[in-house]
Amino acid sequence: MQDTRSYTAFRVVNGLAIILICAATLYPFLNIIAQAFSSEGYINSGQVSIIPRGFNITTFDVVMSDSMFWRNYANTVIYTVVATAIAMVLTTSFAYALSKRHLKGRGFFIGVAVFTMFFNGGLIPNYVLINALGMTNTMWAIVLPNAISIFNLLVMKAFFENFSTELEEAAQIDGLSTYGVLWRIVIPLSKAVIATMVLFYAVSFWNAWFQAFLYLDRRELYPVTVYLRNLLAGATGTEQMGGEAAEATQIASNVRAVTMLLTTLPIICLYPFLQKYFVRGIMLGSVKQ
Amino acid sequence: MTVIGQTEGDTSASTRGSGAAPPPKRSAPSAPGGRTGTRATHTWRYALKKDWRLYSLLVLPLVFLLIFRYLPMAGNVIAFRRFRPGSSIFGDEWVGFHYIEMFINDPTFWRVFWNTVILGGLTLAICFPLPIILALMFNELRSNAFKRVAQSISYLPHFMSIVIVAGIVLQLTSLNGTFNQILGLFGAESIAFMQQPQWFRTIYVSSEVWQTVGWGTILYLAALTTIDPQLYEAARIDGANRWKQMWHVTLPGIAPTMVVLLILNVGTFMAVGFEKVLLLYNPLIYSTADIIATYVYRVGITSSNFSYATAIGLFEAIIGLILILSANGIARKMGGNSLW
Repeated sequence: MQDTRSYTAFRVVNGLAIILICAATLYPFLNIIAQAFSSEGYINSGQVSIIPRGFNITTFDVVMSDSMFWRNYANTVIYTVVATAIAMVLTTSFAYALSKRHLKGRGFFIGVAVFTMFFNGGLIPNYVLINALGMTNTMWAIVLPNAISIFNLLVMKAFFENFSTELEEAAQIDGLSTYGVLWRIVIPLSKAVIATMVLFYAVSFWNAWFQAFLYLDRRELYPVTVYLRNLLAGATGTEQMGGEAAEATQIASNVRAVTMLLTTLPIICLYPFLQKYFVRGIMLGSVKQ
Repeated sequence: MTVIGQTEGDTSASTRGSGAAPPPKRSAPSAPGGRTGTRATHTWRYALKKDWRLYSLLVLPLVFLLIFRYLPMAGNVIAFRRFRPGSSIFGDEWVGFHYIEMFINDPTFWRVFWNTVILGGLTLAICFPLPIILALMFNELRSNAFKRVAQSISYLPHFMSIVIVAGIVLQLTSLNGTFNQILGLFGAESIAFMQQPQWFRTIYVSSEVWQTVGWGTILYLAALTTIDPQLYEAARIDGANRWKQMWHVTLPGIAPTMVVLLILNVGTFMAVGFEKVLLLYNPLIYSTADIIATYVYRVGITSSNFSYATAIGLFEAIIGLILILSANGIARKMGGNSLW
């Protein structure tokens, strides 16, 4: 098949447009990296774009010598690990039970879960509830309330539904109970989908900030995202929420850039390896229904 | 299957699932799977006995949903009751529509309502079609390596924390940021973007485009791969050029995906990115940036008017629910492609 001249022209323009879009997508990241390695004076005079000016790495020392930064960083790691573990246990068992088509009441239980996608209690009732449960200023306020993502649940359920029933029945005939089948047959053979779900959950918990901002008052409990938010709030200087006025001092742009860089570093480093799993996961989710 | 363990040969596979449970009712063996048998196999008692292990897997997740999803829904009654901090989550005494009347007569509420509608409408109008266009553009690329790299780059912003995105936006729009550097090249005066209400909508929607467009293409690209190549061939034989092929084959091929995503987008139309606005806005630009959710946050959490804030939040949530139900209903009536 040969292209017409106008189609060839279109392809060239299309390719260039995509290069341009990619450049525009990457630019903000490159800008932050350049600022992280630049000196404050060049940033303030608006001379830093994607090439560092006044190259220095002392800002990294400044940020990394703040013990609170490391403490909050460690909190993020802990919250992410605990929350992901809880989420995986709940989501896997829920999805597995819901994937059994013969289960009486299955439609009702699916409906109960899916309805929460379209209607939720709202900010204030949730806030009142967490306070009433005494979870304020504890890790539980971060790791429990978002333990099941309905989207992830539906993806896993769709995966389990396609699981070979012959294999499960054979295992049952060999004497395994439902728990045994799930633990020793289904889970070991579902590594791909489980890895995808762990990624989805871990990234969302790593990136989360609002739960912590809302329910934690003590700085030593913050995850690193809240640490960063407080830096940003200090930088804009026009708003101090939650009595953080003391932190609202002028913070150098390169300090902010370095903190942003360090906060995202794990995701940026892992991204090339994890990306294909994410894509597979979201496609799996879209195939159902 | 010829897998034979140390089991009694006459027990069907499905009843073996109950392990050590007492033998099933007399009618059960004739109904493997529990679907085709007599009335007795349809009772809850039978189902619970046979599948109690499966039901036990449901317990924790259902308790979770009950406490963290349905209890807050019920907690919305404090929109109609007076709530004092520290009292029951269902409030103290009935006050009827007191708080509803309060927000209907509140000029700030109407300002944030219209801000929400405008911001949501702009986001829907701009962020819904762009992924389709980008997916079609990706689809025309011949080089697979280039396509892969371009897609990977376009997904990247999706994985950033909203705090990082806000940081980037504040940085780019600051007085010494990139936008002002560009203005400087043209000799224009610097603009304090985040202090001028007229810029907020542009900034918000652009950052939303930056963050979501690449990721949004995934589903369309998946839909594109399912289109039968024979359709293109047939169209070519009929003399259709590239544009006509796109119009008559590609677009109808991804139409079901478009409808589903449009319903979802309409449903979340009022749920403008609360966290992003909260991170970006400041009192100088409230006139365009303040949305229902941030107003609820300030009234409820910052000023402790819990019942009043709940009433506003409930109003927003109900609009969202009505929107998604009607979008779904319309889609089902028109073409049969609906969410459920």
